Amino acid sequence: MLNTFKLTILGLIALVAALAANWGQDLAYQVHAVLIMLISAGLFISILRKFDEPAPVVDTSGYMDGVIRAGVIATGFWGVVGFLVGVVIAFQLAFPVLNFDWAQPYLNFGRLRPLHTSAVIFAFGGNALIMSSFYIVQRTCGARLWGGNLAWFVFWGYQLFIVLAATGYVLGATQSKEYAEPEWYVDIWLTIVWVAFLLVFLGTLFKRKEKHIYVANWFLLSFIITVAMLHLVNNLSIPVTIWGSKSVQVFSGVQDAMTQWWYGHNAVGFFLTAGFLGMMYYFVPKQAGRPVFSYKLSIIHFWALIFLYIWAGPHHLHYTALPDWASTLGMVFSIILWMPSWGGMINGLMTLQGAWDKLRTDPIIRMMVISLAFYGMSTFEGPMMSIRAVNSLSHYTDWTIGHVHSGALGWNGMITFGALYFLTPKLWGRAQMYSMSAINWHFWLATIGIVLYAASMWVTGIMEGLMWREVDAQGFLVNSFADTVSAKFPMYVVRGLGGVLFLAGALIMVWNMWMTIRGGAKVSAPVGVPAE
Amino acid sequence: MDTYSFLRELADSWVLLAMVIFYVGAIAWAFRPGSKGVHADIADIPFRNETLAEDTDGPRAVRGSKTAQNMPEAL
Repeated sequence: MLNTFKLTILGLIALVAALAANWGQDLAYQVHAVLIMLISAGLFISILRKFDEPAPVVDTSGYMDGVIRAGVIATGFWGVVGFLVGVVIAFQLAFPVLNFDWAQPYLNFGRLRPLHTSAVIFAFGGNALIMSSFYIVQRTCGARLWGGNLAWFVFWGYQLFIVLAATGYVLGATQSKEYAEPEWYVDIWLTIVWVAFLLVFLGTLFKRKEKHIYVANWFLLSFIITVAMLHLVNNLSIPVTIWGSKSVQVFSGVQDAMTQWWYGHNAVGFFLTAGFLGMMYYFVPKQAGRPVFSYKLSIIHFWALIFLYIWAGPHHLHYTALPDWASTLGMVFSIILWMPSWGGMINGLMTLQGAWDKLRTDPIIRMMVISLAFYGMSTFEGPMMSIRAVNSLSHYTDWTIGHVHSGALGWNGMITFGALYFLTPKLWGRAQMYSMSAINWHFWLATIGIVLYAASMWVTGIMEGLMWREVDAQGFLVNSFADTVSAKFPMYVVRGLGGVLFLAGALIMVWNMWMTIRGGAKVSAPVGVPAE
Repeated sequence: MDTYSFLRELADSWVLLAMVIFYVGAIAWAFRPGSKGVHADIADIPFRNETLAEDTDGPRAVRGSKTAQNMPEAL
């Protein structure tokens, strides 16, 4: 019965997709239609071939870890892809000739830039969040994932979303909203996948064996729910035709701008902060082998973050058509946010109290600690940059880019690497990672890479801001825009090199994961917590 | 009164008050008497349930030791 239903649905999707491929009005839409047609036809055939066979018996006695293993691999893969595209576009800015004539318009900076941001935030970060949500919620509830294969639907559905978004950008389909570039049908697909994700997470919470819900799950649940809300409101749009990718936004003007940055800043607040804090509150205590420093502080951290972050968005719109009171509100809440952010950082760092020696012996703990340090640094820098007077210098310059990357590479990247190093041996039944010295190499390459990146962007951003506002005795602007571009060249090269180092570290990690998965631990000097 | 003014006034008064009360209440609740032991127990959750308990209907089948220090590093 279920198979008949699946076949009917898949057949209908394949048929509509075939029509869409024929009637599609733009290239991205047609390519996507062909892709969806092939996937649903493939699934149709595979279900049809097994129609008479009894359903395979799934062993449900343990935790559901298969989907998490897939998530670990996907996180590593998309991480390397995202970092690589980032390095390419960094050098495109330094050497414009790398916008090759033969690859126009597909591989120019304008199309690769959203590919980079979506690949690192949504593909790398999103997969890291989904797989660690699935891992953490099972272990802290003492319950197997709810919904059976629904978790696999979430995994593969999310990969399809990534592929649709990425190919769409390269082929020219975008609604031009930062971090929300995918067009209407990709947005609808993501909504379906996200609701399934919420159901799996909630279902597991409902059947938990522990009486209380551990704080990591609070952060993860708030991340899932808030991202759903942000996604729905910011992507309110009406397609020009259902046979094309182009859509028109429902909001316009300053309302649209405010909605976009309400979305944009809370994507930072709830995707890149709350979600990753959920990872932090589980993996740091686990790796340190001791419970979180103060559970009370974690509760205060949670509620303060929830109540404050949602108001901070208007600081992206200083000196625009947005009313002054709104941007002042955003600025004030951004500054207040500094306190809970540092409360959370201190809570994570102090978890190591009494085990500080692990910082010397355990490279995974070191990775987690540097990620908390970068969390503290960027949550200090952010509130400072939201102050109107500072923003008048920093906005539209590369200082912003530097700030984003010290948060994304430092905080999100490092905590994800730590989680991957924690999970890979556990999920594949190995004693530890294949090579501990490779983790050390990764740590230093990534850290030096971020330092080069952030420092060069501070220099070039402040220089650029000062050059833009420089006036001579008569009140005329001294520099043209092109003057700033040529002055920035050396810093662009340094930034690109920083990216190369960060990418090299990630490649070492992927090799290390591969070796761990393939063949157990290499015997080496004991590092970190020995297996007792 | 048009929708904008109504919502603006509501946001400035009752909704603001309700949110502040909820926020302060949530913080105060964390400091309630007797929360220390509960919090210590919850903070210990990551060190339990390394493997899924056989008896999935029983209440909290796996209880780890109180101190995280002694936890075996199960795979």
